[in-house]
Amino acid sequence: MSTEGQSAESPNPSPLEDPAAPAVVQQGSEPLLAVSGLHVEFRTQEGVARVLNGVRYHVDAGETLAVLGESGSGKSVTANTVMGILEMPPAAITAGEIRFRGEDLLTASASRRREVRGEGIAMIFQDALSALNPVFTVGFQIEEQLRKRRGMSRKDARKRAIELLDLVRIPNAKGRVRQFPHEFSGGMRQRAMIAMSLALDPEVLIADEPTTALDVTVQAQIMDLLAEIQRERNMGMILITHDLGVVAEVADRIAVMYAGRIVEEADVHSIYRKPGHPYTRALMDSMPRLDQRGQELNTIKGLPPSLTAIPEGCPFHPRCPLAIDLCREKDPELLTIAEGRVSACHRSDELMRDE
Amino acid sequence: MGRYVARRLLQLIPVFIGTTFLIYLLVWALPGDPFAGKCGERPCPESFVAVMREKFNMDDPLFIQYGKYLLNLLQGDFGETFSGTSVGTLISNAYPVTIRLALIALLFEALIGVIAGILTGLRGRGFMDNLVLVSTLFLIAIPTFVTGYLVQTVFGLQLGWIAPTVSGNASWGELLAPGFVLASVSMAYVARLTRTSIAENKRADFVRTAVAKGQPQHRVVGVHLLRNSAIPVVTFLGTDLGALMGGAIVTEGIFNINGIGGLVFRSIARQEGTTVTGVVVLLVIVYLVMNLLVDLLYAVLDPRIRYD
Ligand SMILES: Nc1ncnc2c1ncn2[C@@H]1O[C@H](COP(=O)(O)OP(=O)(O)O)[C@@H](O)[C@H]1O
Ligand code: SF4
Ligand SMILES: [Mg+2]
Repeated sequence: MSTEGQSAESPNPSPLEDPAAPAVVQQGSEPLLAVSGLHVEFRTQEGVARVLNGVRYHVDAGETLAVLGESGSGKSVTANTVMGILEMPPAAITAGEIRFRGEDLLTASASRRREVRGEGIAMIFQDALSALNPVFTVGFQIEEQLRKRRGMSRKDARKRAIELLDLVRIPNAKGRVRQFPHEFSGGMRQRAMIAMSLALDPEVLIADEPTTALDVTVQAQIMDLLAEIQRERNMGMILITHDLGVVAEVADRIAVMYAGRIVEEADVHSIYRKPGHPYTRALMDSMPRLDQRGQELNTIKGLPPSLTAIPEGCPFHPRCPLAIDLCREKDPELLTIAEGRVSACHRSDELMRDE
Repeated sequence: MGRYVARRLLQLIPVFIGTTFLIYLLVWALPGDPFAGKCGERPCPESFVAVMREKFNMDDPLFIQYGKYLLNLLQGDFGETFSGTSVGTLISNAYPVTIRLALIALLFEALIGVIAGILTGLRGRGFMDNLVLVSTLFLIAIPTFVTGYLVQTVFGLQLGWIAPTVSGNASWGELLAPGFVLASVSMAYVARLTRTSIAENKRADFVRTAVAKGQPQHRVVGVHLLRNSAIPVVTFLGTDLGALMGGAIVTEGIFNINGIGGLVFRSIARQEGTTVTGVVVLLVIVYLVMNLLVDLLYAVLDPRIRYD
């Protein structure tokens, strides 16, 4: 099997030199959504921040990809680029492809992109209170999709909106549909946003830290709901999170991000059994575990790199316990380390070998 | 909501009594003899002055005078001038003109101010933005009477586009130029307020959500962005309608308009205390009622606001 690494030695690769092959190659058919070689930078007064440096991942129908990484690693920027809601400027996409059902969205027309939003790919955001419009009822915001994009009548749209609220298990949907977002509790609001995102039956759902703003008890309920909906509708789901506990339960595959690149991608079982990248291992060690209660938590030493000055070589080397001289000089490519697994580390072979 | 309105109306009573008393006090405590020059060349005869002082309760203590005035006022009686004309009639003749002027001004404010604000708020930095910022700064810095005389001199006297003064019946067309002058300062504020409000909301999460939903651009802006940005602007316009009527005094003076501004102007000069008090009391009422309406409007525009 061939390997396609986005090498940082060529800082501005053209999309053509970077085939849209997914990290884990699917035989036969094209993946539902595939991001490849995505480079995004933010041009600000403080300089150019290289926020995405060759991100690639893909998701298929009926599968959940979890995107994991410390805050600031570029998870949201990637998602926003896929949705086409990146603010440009200050952001600029300098290279890459985003293929939805084989069609490159980055070269598609503005109207085609708009068509895909909501209907092909929908997104739910972290903070439902600010993401929903405060001056319109929840019903209006769901019905807007049905009326303006599906041409439904007011009456039919209202009926469907109530069904959708029922679907996400909001009690008394008939009454709730007339209420404003601030009249909902946090969990109910997030459910309403999920209902809104489902209005046009999207094929891919991107959930950007959908439970971070919620109480712990509510978090689990929302995650269960999302997992159930994803399964029932056979959707592809991209779940952005920094909660490893959540990932283990709902994800099929995991993509780990660091400094704007994917450093490891694997199916959830093998990555938990044996991480193929020192950063993944550090993330897992920093997770509170039941059997280590009372012991001090291993947090990852050091800080993520400044994106205006990403270190030479492997961007993780200043924090990596396994770093060798080579790591300071050469940026490791994303290589296949086992069946269906890729990792960007000079020492991944050793990691995979030792027990 | 009903209880809130009732409470607000009750609060109006002490405010109303306080302000009107203050006005009464100030007006009737004006120095100078109100009867000077009322009887031609000669000073007024003792008997006439005595009758007048009796008629206007001028020998009572001030509190009693005010009490009697208030009682009449509550029955809709604004009193009479020294020459026996009903102040109520004077006001009802003058008020429609001023309302017309204030509405024209409000229209200018809303139209030009809001459009300039939307254009600059949406586009961000650039030529248009600088143009609006500089011109609004001018309008804010220059007092209304300067703008007024400028418009009158340039467009009225030199170019001859408008009549320098407004005729007795003060038609809508004649009031356009004075309305613009009256609006000028507020128009600048509306433009800036709209611009800031839009620029803030443009980056709001809910606008991003509307884009992510694939709603067309005209709906993202026209429905989601503008509806939220309108809240402070609409409330400003509402409060300003009350202020415009008071502010009309200067503009009406310049263009010789027979509105309440002109009425107050002349009445102060002639020491017609009853007229001055009547007009100002009415302005206070309009102002208080407009403020209440604006607060209620605020709750209608922003569902997060609850009055109870
Ligand atoms: N509007 C912006 N201007 C400048 N930098 C930005 C902007 N948005 C995001 N970034 C930068 O992009 C990086 C990645 O952000 P993000 O994708 O939000 O991280 P996360 O993985 O926590 O979702 C951050 O370092 C952040 O500073
Ligand atoms: S390449 Fe080197 S520095 Fe980077 S993760 Fe692997 S061992 Fe650590
Ligand atoms: Mg984020």
